[in-house]
Amino acid sequence: MSLPYKIVVGLEVHVQLLTNTKLFCGCSTKFGSPPNSQVCPVCIGMPGTLPVMNRKAFDLALRAALALNCSIAEFTKWDRKNYYYPDLPKNYQISQYDLPFSYEGFLEINAAADPKKEYTPKRIGLFRAHLEEDAGKNTHDESGRGADSKVDLNRTGTPLLEIVSKPEINSPEEAKAYLEEIRLMLREIGVSDCEMQEGSLRCDANVNIHIEHEGGIAATPLVEVKNLNSITSVGRAIAYEAERQYKEFKKDPVNYRFGNMFKTTAGWNDVKGITVIQRHKENASDYRYFPEPDLVPVVVTPSEVQAAKMAMGELPSEQRKRLQSAPFNLTQYDSQVLTAKGRRMVTYYEEVTAVIGDGKQVINRMSDLVMGALNDRKEEIDQFPLSSQTFADFMKKTASITQQGRRDVFNHMLEKGTDAATSIKELGIQTDFDESKLLQAVLEAIAANGPAVEDYKKGKTAAANRIKGHVMKTAKGAPNDVVQRLLEAELAKLMGT
Amino acid sequence: MDIDNVRKVAKLARLDLSEADLATMTTQLSAILSYVDQLKELDTDNVEPMAHPLPLKNVFRPDELRPSLPVDEALKNAPARSGDFFAVPAILDAGDDLSH
Repeated sequence: MSLPYKIVVGLEVHVQLLTNTKLFCGCSTKFGSPPNSQVCPVCIGMPGTLPVMNRKAFDLALRAALALNCSIAEFTKWDRKNYYYPDLPKNYQISQYDLPFSYEGFLEINAAADPKKEYTPKRIGLFRAHLEEDAGKNTHDESGRGADSKVDLNRTGTPLLEIVSKPEINSPEEAKAYLEEIRLMLREIGVSDCEMQEGSLRCDANVNIHIEHEGGIAATPLVEVKNLNSITSVGRAIAYEAERQYKEFKKDPVNYRFGNMFKTTAGWNDVKGITVIQRHKENASDYRYFPEPDLVPVVVTPSEVQAAKMAMGELPSEQRKRLQSAPFNLTQYDSQVLTAKGRRMVTYYEEVTAVIGDGKQVINRMSDLVMGALNDRKEEIDQFPLSSQTFADFMKKTASITQQGRRDVFNHMLEKGTDAATSIKELGIQTDFDESKLLQAVLEAIAANGPAVEDYKKGKTAAANRIKGHVMKTAKGAPNDVVQRLLEAELAKLMGT
Repeated sequence: MDIDNVRKVAKLARLDLSEADLATMTTQLSAILSYVDQLKELDTDNVEPMAHPLPLKNVFRPDELRPSLPVDEALKNAPARSGDFFAVPAILDAGDDLSH
């Protein structure tokens, strides 16, 4: 891909933390409840109420920040971000301004041109991750008749972790890889379920482009793109916005420059596939941040950091490295695919490999059979009827039969709930093929198919298939390639006579 | 503090002030700010900034559910409601509810 400009993107990601209750009160955070059924005087901003911080929310935020390689501040406080909007009954959001609890981290992504084939690590720097409360949800009248907007405050006060990347993302693909990695990691460490559909992962993209112009680099004004409802739309919106800015720049290369205007906000219209410029953003001082007097500061001790690290478990990046070394020896790509399927799938794989030994063979068989079956059955690995031990046993017992034979046994096991030995028996598949027995079957088939042998000798090579068919009938499930090899060798001998 | 500052702050607070109000506010706010400005006379070079006046830190509560308000109770003080929603005058900046 060669564009006449360089795309520069910073992403602001909000993830909802997996708590039972809100950040500052005991109301439920459950998604999809009737409107205004999960609200109390604290989260609807009644005078005289006091927020008290949820311990679990802070712990989850700490765990996430460590997984994002952030430094943890020993001392942190919360601030009021003041703005007037109907989704925010207090008229301020409790957030963190100058002393966020974590800062300066990074996330490694796969930035390969073809991420299905290669793995090219790239570190995306993070400015900070901080803990704040969510706002409510407005529903607007879409008819254009200007009816009232409706406000549901169930979401108000839900704990959010805001993760702010540096402008180090340089393509739509990198942005998607970044979001996929954040989602995988936060799910794996139990911090968030990251469902974009339910809004528990949301993303705003700050986009501009750098253009080589008259011997220098010209940067376009920053646009913050919002309303990005899927990882795919993040990619599309960035590509569209970059191209739009390039056209604007070509129209007015002197004035359409970074620094000449405030940051603007644009909404992404997913149906039309366009960004719509909305307004000029208030700058930070307009939010009139000041320390939140209702909350006391938090001091984090090294032992709490240690405890959060322990709770984190193995991160996807560590897991990929481990899967690439002995005894697994997976390729970067295979390790990436396996890790992306989640910890439970990795555990299953590890358990099968512990029995079979050859990690590469296990991943091939799993990709071939298990992944497809899970897809068809719409199941997760922990609901899958064949345990890792059953699958390992299946691999051992079907090592010497054809691919089709294996597939038949596997499907039979799934259908009937039997073990490998039973399925093999019920299907009448022979598995104890040693070459001398197969050779015997080949010789018998040659002897029994005189006319086919004569045809073959006359140059009708397709006649060999008739003989082979005979072999496969007597040695059901025999490995195709071995039979082929033995048969060709025997027929070649006959040709010589 | 000049009248343009006051106009800007009023806009941010969604207050619709008349020119006369703006003039009054400018005088009054200036007086308040000059009063507070007296604090600048203190030498605070060697004083650590205070994040909170109380000598407290790490006040948490457990992640335990508590009953929410019945919906009618929650909406009781609302100037207008629409079903079980709070109703507010149409928001022109549609699709912008995650704007901050």
